[in-house]
Amino acid sequence: MNIDSIRDGVVIDHIKAGEGMRLYELLKLDTLDASVAIIKNVASRKMGKKDIIKIDAKIPIDLDVIGYVDPGATVNIIRDGELREKRSIEMPALLKGVIKCKNPRCITSTEQELEHIFKLTDRENKVYRCIYCETKA
Amino acid sequence: MKSIIDIVDLSVAEIEELIAVAQELIVNPGQYAHACAGKKLATLFFEPSTRTRLSFEAAMYELGGQVLSVSSADSSSAAKGESVADTARVISCYADIIAMRHPKEGAALVAAQHATVPVINAGDGGHCHPTQTLADLLTIMREKGTFNGLTVGLCGDLKFGRTVHSLITALSRYSGVKFVLISPEELKLPSYVKRDVLKKNGIEYEQTENLEEALPALDILYMTRVQRERFFNEEDYLRLKDHYVLSVEKLKNAKPDLAVLHPLPRVNEISVAVDSDPRACYFKQVLNGKYMRMALILKLLKEAGTL
Repeated sequence: MNIDSIRDGVVIDHIKAGEGMRLYELLKLDTLDASVAIIKNVASRKMGKKDIIKIDAKIPIDLDVIGYVDPGATVNIIRDGELREKRSIEMPALLKGVIKCKNPRCITSTEQELEHIFKLTDRENKVYRCIYCETKA
Repeated sequence: MKSIIDIVDLSVAEIEELIAVAQELIVNPGQYAHACAGKKLATLFFEPSTRTRLSFEAAMYELGGQVLSVSSADSSSAAKGESVADTARVISCYADIIAMRHPKEGAALVAAQHATVPVINAGDGGHCHPTQTLADLLTIMREKGTFNGLTVGLCGDLKFGRTVHSLITALSRYSGVKFVLISPEELKLPSYVKRDVLKKNGIEYEQTENLEEALPALDILYMTRVQRERFFNEEDYLRLKDHYVLSVEKLKNAKPDLAVLHPLPRVNEISVAVDSDPRACYFKQVLNGKYMRMALILKLLKEAGTL
């Protein structure tokens, strides 16, 4: 399968297979007026299978979202067809306005303007909890 | 601005300080009779609760302060759709401190984020109720003289019972505490509490469905009510509500210095005949709650620079 290489943009590589689409949605790439490729289940020596997202546009990327979905992913900034920079990814301590609390008893379900905020409570098991009701994300 | 949303907002040292002040209030009430003169407590109760609201109000009156009260969501601007954030901003203009109960989990935190005066969480749905835990802790301290080395049985609804989760969290900070978790399968302590609190702190615990077998080893028995309002399904509530009933007969096998606690209100889970047993401490617990609320109001107003 041939996917054009990009000239100025971002490549999110080493995404755990199956998480590419979720990352695409949470990064709101569907709203972007640019070429975006999601490549699923690419063979990887290290991971067996992986997903890749290529974005052909100079856009700011929310590294917290990537850190939340898959802290093992890598982010490469491409300029003039060359690798300009590799960004390191970490799990964010706080995740603001990315995911929504699903607990119907949570104050976020009625307080319309309230930003949904989750905090990392267990790094080892990647557990995020709503700061208001402590429900697991 | 310090607010109290969760019992963990208070350090062990702060809890000891509150207990010391509460003991002082019990011995020398006259010394504090005007401590909050000219100060106002707003009690915003958006969910029915007579006892907690009256406890806060009695606490403020006994400190010489005054009270502004909202006792149901229907009679407040919340009925007109006002947000908790706006309510907190507005009430901050009238009161020096706010005690709030709200059916939604996290509502007190939202209030604290927007209020310009200290906020005390008087219960946010099934989430936290820190002043109940303070009442529990003072009761245990007065009955046992220590938190260390106690075997604490928790019985009934350990799944939705917010007072149970808070008490476990608070007592897990002391050494040698052991928990016996007594509940039907459906109302067992959530696994995240076991993992994040008990296992993380290396606390010994056992789980059982049998109250009679567990009783002889206990220093504290904390009974809870199965709460109708926490169930989406009425059938489940009806099936589980009378699972445990503590009777005089069952208490025969318990230690002579056992302390029986209950956050109240009780329904059927403690037989009325148990009330006259010297081991029944649940009405003392109510009084202790008032003293701890007094101590907490004093502490927060002092820290806010209001006193």
